[in-house]
Amino acid sequence: MKQVYAVPKALQPRATHYCPGCTHGIAHKLVAEAIDELGVRDRTVGVAPVGCAVFAYDYFDCDFQQASHGRAPAVATGIRRALPDAVVFAYQGDGDLASIGAAEIVHAAMRGERITVIFINNAIYGMTGGQMAPTTLVGQKTTTSPAGRKLEHAGSPIRIAEMLSTIPGAAYVARVALSSPAHVARAKRAIRKAFDTQLAGAGFSLVECLSTCPTNWGMAPIEAMTWLEENMIPYYPLGEFRTPEGGASNG
Amino acid sequence: MSKVVFDEAKCKGCGVCVHFCPKKVIQMADRINAKGYHPAYLANEGDCISCGTCGRMCPDAVIEVFKP
Repeated sequence: MKQVYAVPKALQPRATHYCPGCTHGIAHKLVAEAIDELGVRDRTVGVAPVGCAVFAYDYFDCDFQQASHGRAPAVATGIRRALPDAVVFAYQGDGDLASIGAAEIVHAAMRGERITVIFINNAIYGMTGGQMAPTTLVGQKTTTSPAGRKLEHAGSPIRIAEMLSTIPGAAYVARVALSSPAHVARAKRAIRKAFDTQLAGAGFSLVECLSTCPTNWGMAPIEAMTWLEENMIPYYPLGEFRTPEGGASNG
Repeated sequence: MSKVVFDEAKCKGCGVCVHFCPKKVIQMADRINAKGYHPAYLANEGDCISCGTCGRMCPDAVIEVFKP
């Protein structure tokens, strides 16, 4: 029989610690598929964040490092510069990248570092128990905003892809969703393009993946995917915000 | 060999494959696996079109899909 879908080789054959239905697993598979397709597993180095994905080094079958909270782009910068032939990606959540790591991600993009960042935006702090994140939607209930996030108190949720797309060093910036087969197919193309951008030496690349957190949202997995599409996509529009072919003035 | 092969020990019973299967041929088993979850299984192989959607959507890399 012809194999239609195979588990990517760049993933370790083991169970993850993620909650049932968590879309981290889908993002992991898409990154691993890109590594497999490009045939670069032997020279790929990933950088894990602090957050639910901290154990990513146990799940990918390539070299890995784990960074201090929010500092994955800085660590990835060091690896990329010390090993010019390496394919380097950072894998970060929204609490890691958009909050404590906001400076690192902006300056990595400013420098046009030839790294790829996979940014998982699930609008909440997952590992620490569902607190409000910079990406939490206005009105969204979390353990630290039990009545819903208030605009006048916490400001508006940060749109990382739009912000980074104003930076000339950011060669490829896209936002995708992991909530349906069609969205996942588009997410796969975007992640592959981000790695292609790095391999072409074009500069910094980032793919923001709208993701679910069924446990901390208090929803069943499918219900969470529906909530994502109805609530997150209207505020976080999908698409490519900056592409290498668009030149320095796009975005 | 089955068109859809489940690495049942890794399944967390999230039901994402069941929901997105266009032919509704996957179901959750009554039994539980070593993790304590009800694993997904191919309940109606005859109607399976080997599209691969379940494999691509599974968050836990449980599923591989084959076409005769």
